[in-house]
Amino acid sequence: MLTETGFMTRPPADPAAKLAIEARGLVKRFDDTLAVGGVDISVPEGAIYGILGPNGAGKTTTLRMLLGIIDPDVGVRRVFGHDRPHEVAKLIGYLPEERGLYPAMKCDEAIAFLGALRGLPLDEGKARGRDLLERHGLGHAVDRQIRQLSKGMAQTVQLLGTLVHRPKLVVFDEPFSGLDAINQGKLEAMIRELAQSGTTVIFSTHVIHHAERLCDEVAIIAGGRVPYAGSVDAARDRIPAQVRLETKVDTGDWRSALPGDARHDAKAGGNHFWYFPVPDSGIETLLKRLIDGGAGILSLSIERAGLHDAFVEIAGEAAARALAEDNALETGR
Amino acid sequence: MSETTRLSLFEAARVVARRDFRAILFSRAFFFFLLGPLFPLVIGALAGGIGGQVQRDVAANLVAVAMSEADTAALQTASDALSDQIGYLPRLVPDASGEPPADILKRKGTNFAAVVTGTLDAPVVVAPEDQIERWRGPVALLAATANGSSPSSFPDIATEPVASSAATSRSERIRTAQAGQLILFLLMMLLAGMVLSNLVEEKANKVIEVLAAAIPMDAVFLGKLFAMLGVSFVGIAVWASFGGVAALLLGNQLPQLPEPALGWPAFIALGIAYFAMGYLLLGALFLTIGGMAATVREVQTLSMPVTMMQLLVFFLAAAAITTPGSPLELTAAIFPLSSPFAMLARAAQSDALWPHALALVWQALCVVLFVSFGALLFKRRVMKSGKAGRAVKGHVGGTKTA
Repeated sequence: MLTETGFMTRPPADPAAKLAIEARGLVKRFDDTLAVGGVDISVPEGAIYGILGPNGAGKTTTLRMLLGIIDPDVGVRRVFGHDRPHEVAKLIGYLPEERGLYPAMKCDEAIAFLGALRGLPLDEGKARGRDLLERHGLGHAVDRQIRQLSKGMAQTVQLLGTLVHRPKLVVFDEPFSGLDAINQGKLEAMIRELAQSGTTVIFSTHVIHHAERLCDEVAIIAGGRVPYAGSVDAARDRIPAQVRLETKVDTGDWRSALPGDARHDAKAGGNHFWYFPVPDSGIETLLKRLIDGGAGILSLSIERAGLHDAFVEIAGEAAARALAEDNALETGR
Repeated sequence: MSETTRLSLFEAARVVARRDFRAILFSRAFFFFLLGPLFPLVIGALAGGIGGQVQRDVAANLVAVAMSEADTAALQTASDALSDQIGYLPRLVPDASGEPPADILKRKGTNFAAVVTGTLDAPVVVAPEDQIERWRGPVALLAATANGSSPSSFPDIATEPVASSAATSRSERIRTAQAGQLILFLLMMLLAGMVLSNLVEEKANKVIEVLAAAIPMDAVFLGKLFAMLGVSFVGIAVWASFGGVAALLLGNQLPQLPEPALGWPAFIALGIAYFAMGYLLLGALFLTIGGMAATVREVQTLSMPVTMMQLLVFFLAAAAITTPGSPLELTAAIFPLSSPFAMLARAAQSDALWPHALALVWQALCVVLFVSFGALLFKRRVMKSGKAGRAVKGHVGGTKTA
């Protein structure tokens, strides 16, 4: 399905689907720091779910609580119906934000070890590891030690180790961080492939485009709270669609057809752009009045709000600014 | 469902232990661990050498003879004749310098304990006050022999050895107890330090979060502890092999320790059991510290008090050796960290077995408590937040909460 912004999305998740993760009122405090102040999340099985927010918003702490790495001070979380996530550890794969492997291990050993932690026999893990490395273009590095790999290669090895036991739920914490554009694309493809095979994927990110391109549902997190959790479409629909009008001139009778708060933007080439909500009277009436009034229409489109606009609307300007700064930092890295 | 969707605690611990065991066994750290016992041996040999030298210097029995030439020669002849029969005679050194005796004693480059002047009929011993009585008898005997007024032949002395007294036997077993405690202490400190650096390295590699997500922290702790224990047993086996070869080659030339009250096999078996318990207790403490610390510097700061405490409990157990059954010894046997030392000393001195069974159960219980508490603390402290969250205190994102 192609959206107005040109992004490919998957069909919406089945609302009746069973939940892979359900969290209610998660609160976590570290000394006098409230890291997460009440998070509610429902992740349907088979969905791609994004946790979107600036750095320091509580994304990692939320994921760690969901996975049982830390316990919440208040609230409950269930993974595949279990209160204790370790009970279903074999069904989960986790790639932390701060990647880490034993430097002295060989690539296939590292993948097998990560699989063994999730119950996969070592020999089988090694065999699968070799196969995965081959399929992802790292066949030549099977017997190399992790310390001999580039950062990107090591990251790929850890990613493969996260998936080697074929989990039903995969959790990625900032998976795109530190990857170049090509590898980001590969990872996006891998996430889609996982979801198509029925695996639930949750990832945190501070890059809106990744969430918008990939996710069925998102939780927007800011200041340790989740002001919005639901489908990407519903988030975008919170902001009314906007009319974008391009005219040759900026004066004339036709101006009375535009609402008083229409935003005007004059371009260097002499054309004028106007932005305003779709009028209650309908777009056809508007169009007729503009033509009759001699507006000299060059283009007219109805634009649906993007996830960024929705984020600003939901989380506020400050959070959006923080998100933009994180993105700038990430790009500059 | 739960049976098939997770590893059991021991399965999970085994995965960690297997990885750690292999990694440590093929590391440089293990090589140095194997060399570990050489350091105390070398230091001991050096200390023994220096000590022996000091003892020889202190016990110097050189006596200068500042008499007439004839008297000096006669005295020397008497000394030569008697030295085979009497062990405590001084070694005589003629001195014809004519200097006053006090100056001879102070002369640099010599080490005279006394100076004999006068004549054979009226010898005079010049020596520091606290030494003078030591030389009165020997000099009198030499002078008497030299001028013919002493018996010139001595009867053969028959010898009749007797079994050592109870006091002697106990005193000897204390040496065994002390040696056992010292070896236990050195091994445990060496290993606990290794397990700590292993965990710090893991945190530096950032592998710990992957482990914490997949398996319970108790399993990570157990895996690490038992991996190191396994490594230590390999080390002990290597040392035992070398010891066996040395014993075959050198035989009686090796220093001998008195047999412990329980006999060597039981003492060694208990030594291994107490070593395992003691190491697990100390290792759990160090792992807890490692879990709470973020940097190597923090680890050093936090581990210092534990190291000091461990020294104190070692001294406590060492002090209790001489008073078996006293409140001090019982305290040392009950306090978890000193219990392995105190009980090993007891194994050297007493032949009762039941206290050891009781102590091992108690120590095992403490190990479980220490590991569980350490894992709990670790879980609470180690995974605080993501990258950015660490820096902001008192805030939620940008909102101050306190």
